[in-house]
Amino acid sequence: METVYYLIQNTLPVAIPLLLVALGGMFSETSGVVNIALEGIMLFGAYFGALFVYFVQDSGLDPQTILILGMLIAAIAGLLYSLLLSFAAINMKANQVITGTSLNMLIPAIILLFSKMYFNSDGVTTSINFYIQKIPVLGDIPILGRMFFQKTYITVIIGFILLIIFTIVFYKTRFGLRLRACGEHPHAADSVGINVYKMRYAGVSLSGILGGIGGFFYSVGVMDGNVNGHTGVAGFGFLALAVMIFGQWRPGKILFASLFFAFLRTLAYSVSLIPFLYNLGINQTYYRMLPYVATMIVLAFTSKKSRAPKSAGIPYDKSLR
Amino acid sequence: MGEYIIEMLNITKTFPGIVANDNITLKLKKGEIHALLGENGAGKSTLMSILFGLYQPDSGEIRKNGKPVKINNPNDANDLGIGMVHQHFKLVDIFTVLENIILGVEPNKMGIIQKDEARKKVLELSEKYGLKVDPDAYVEDITVGMQQRVEILKMLYRDNEILIFDEPTAVLTPQEIRELLQIMRGFAREGKSILFITHKLNEIMEVADRCTVLRKGKCIGTVNVKDTTKEELSRMMVGRDISFKVDKKESKPGEVVLSVRNLNVVSKSHGKNLVKDVSFNVRAGEIVCIAGIDGNGQREIVNAITGLERPTSGTITLCGHDITKASIRERSIRGISHIPEDRHKHGLVLDYKLEENLVLQRYWQPEFQNKGFIKFDAVRKYAERLIDKFDIRSGQGPITITRSMSGGNQQKAIIAREIDKEHELLIAVQPTRGLDVGAIEYVHKQLVATRDAGKAVLLVSLELDEVMDVSDRILVIYEGEIVGELDPKTTTLEELGLYMSGAKRDNAKEINDGREE
Repeated sequence: METVYYLIQNTLPVAIPLLLVALGGMFSETSGVVNIALEGIMLFGAYFGALFVYFVQDSGLDPQTILILGMLIAAIAGLLYSLLLSFAAINMKANQVITGTSLNMLIPAIILLFSKMYFNSDGVTTSINFYIQKIPVLGDIPILGRMFFQKTYITVIIGFILLIIFTIVFYKTRFGLRLRACGEHPHAADSVGINVYKMRYAGVSLSGILGGIGGFFYSVGVMDGNVNGHTGVAGFGFLALAVMIFGQWRPGKILFASLFFAFLRTLAYSVSLIPFLYNLGINQTYYRMLPYVATMIVLAFTSKKSRAPKSAGIPYDKSLR
Repeated sequence: MGEYIIEMLNITKTFPGIVANDNITLKLKKGEIHALLGENGAGKSTLMSILFGLYQPDSGEIRKNGKPVKINNPNDANDLGIGMVHQHFKLVDIFTVLENIILGVEPNKMGIIQKDEARKKVLELSEKYGLKVDPDAYVEDITVGMQQRVEILKMLYRDNEILIFDEPTAVLTPQEIRELLQIMRGFAREGKSILFITHKLNEIMEVADRCTVLRKGKCIGTVNVKDTTKEELSRMMVGRDISFKVDKKESKPGEVVLSVRNLNVVSKSHGKNLVKDVSFNVRAGEIVCIAGIDGNGQREIVNAITGLERPTSGTITLCGHDITKASIRERSIRGISHIPEDRHKHGLVLDYKLEENLVLQRYWQPEFQNKGFIKFDAVRKYAERLIDKFDIRSGQGPITITRSMSGGNQQKAIIAREIDKEHELLIAVQPTRGLDVGAIEYVHKQLVATRDAGKAVLLVSLELDEVMDVSDRILVIYEGEIVGELDPKTTTLEELGLYMSGAKRDNAKEINDGREE
């Protein structure tokens, strides 16, 4: 039972960044723009979030307040960075995959450069502790309290709140309906007076915001508040794309998919705690491939049935009707 | 308020290299059905797109109730009460009927959509006008006819009073067409004004009050329908007399050329049977037509015969050889010629020169290549011969880039290539789609000539007039099954329509066994 608690407590902070970034990817793609740049956006958000933490960590502010402020900074950073993709993909009708790839390659290099220049290191290292031993009241609920509200980060709660908000936005609002129409049949949307370009800017910008937050939550929940130009976000942006596809561009399924991948990753890093796996005698490094190998297998089997937004990746051209 | 609800005065619109609308004036009276007639490329759609705010005219003026208005986008059009049913429906497949209807004008409280309110209004409208729809069905699951009703409800939901129908009958069965015309009359009685774009003269005669004819971007005139005739209208549209009947002699069927037995095709994506146990023969010297509404399995049957896709089971025999598993090249050598449905996708390499497209089926023959090198002189000579014989018109002859040619001449190029190649069986899939009346006449003549030369012709068509006029024998397909075999000389359009919509069917056994040798 202890192991189960441990696995759940450790899975959630890993799942949340995946969840948020995949939701971001979902908003971008259902508006019609393929966002390969999620990895770069995450890293960009994480870097600015961590920089903020670095500069205010000695000011005596409450760690959780710093975290929430850092999240806002990361969201703004992600939004700004995503505007580059929006401009190239929507205004200039550039190839979205190439644009995204170049945005991904740009960021680690910039981080390394600036970190070397100003910190003489490979990234930003912070010394603040965001970890929460037990959340008052909620943490005392039997079993569930221990699973979800002890030894955790506030990011988990924020993540679930954001999931609920954005699920409602996606399914229940006028904005969500129009956004989805733009990724599926932009000419139909245009013919009923919806501005496809604006909606696509909105979709990509949401993915920037969620990507930035997800990146910062990754550095908080997985990297203890540090950001490093070499390891970046360890492919979590791409993993989030896999989560999005596995989740069929739907919030509920995306939650399930992100928990699945996060659980595998936690399992891989906890082999020494699980006697059965430990006794197999396999080098523990191999277990760390688990989430990535699972990605390949899952995608190979699910992509046949996957139903991507029909017009994702195709620049909208009014005259082609 | 004047007599006219909408006036489009002296509208001119140019696109690079072409004047789509040249000083056109169109006046719509309140409560009338006004037909807009013209061939493909005559400028009908451009004119309507201007009225709907999708394009801006270069010059000219639009007035509503006598007052000049500016229509910059579909929102402006909607505010003026102008709605449009597009030729290619503008519906989001993965949305429900209800979501499609309210898209863009969603009733909402603080951004949250109020679906119940919308559903009530849609059901009321659907009741009032007899437009049966299921608001909660997904668009991808409903029939084309219902999709069109959704488009009409979209206009009604927005309280539009000027309704544009862009070739609305092209996708419907005769029964559905009659219902639609009935509904249009109902709208007119209520005081709504209707613009009805079409190139089908019968429908104009039946339902329209007045008719404006366009030819090559110019307005030829506006006439009262009850003072004119079909012949008069067609002369205005084409500029010359056109024979509506295809001239052909009695067919003399010979040996069986193509024999299809118990063909089944199961969909890879959802496991449904797209073609169910289809068997038929096509003989030398006859034109057999597979008639049906689009998407009832015609494409799958053709793909199985031409080799583009493997059938799940069944056999296909050509002149006694089993070709069920043969490669496409082998089928071609054995005598299948194919005029594909989508000439851009499967018929031509658009960025190749005309001459290169003309040898696509034969470039590997010794006549045109030596050790892998193309003999361009021979290709040029061959191309020139075909261009001459089939009257293919293009800017620069054999070296014209195919993309720059008109649709009719692109189709002529394909027909030339496929007919000139040695063949026993010609498969023509919607060979006149998107062509104007003159080109249609030409294609029909070629099909009949091929038949008279003793070849077998398998025609797949959605156009009922074509089915009735060109074919010697009609096989009606419905939901992947052949539900009837008709003789065009003894059947009527109505009967054909009943079969096509699944309302009537013969015993499948009879059809198949009746033709068994």
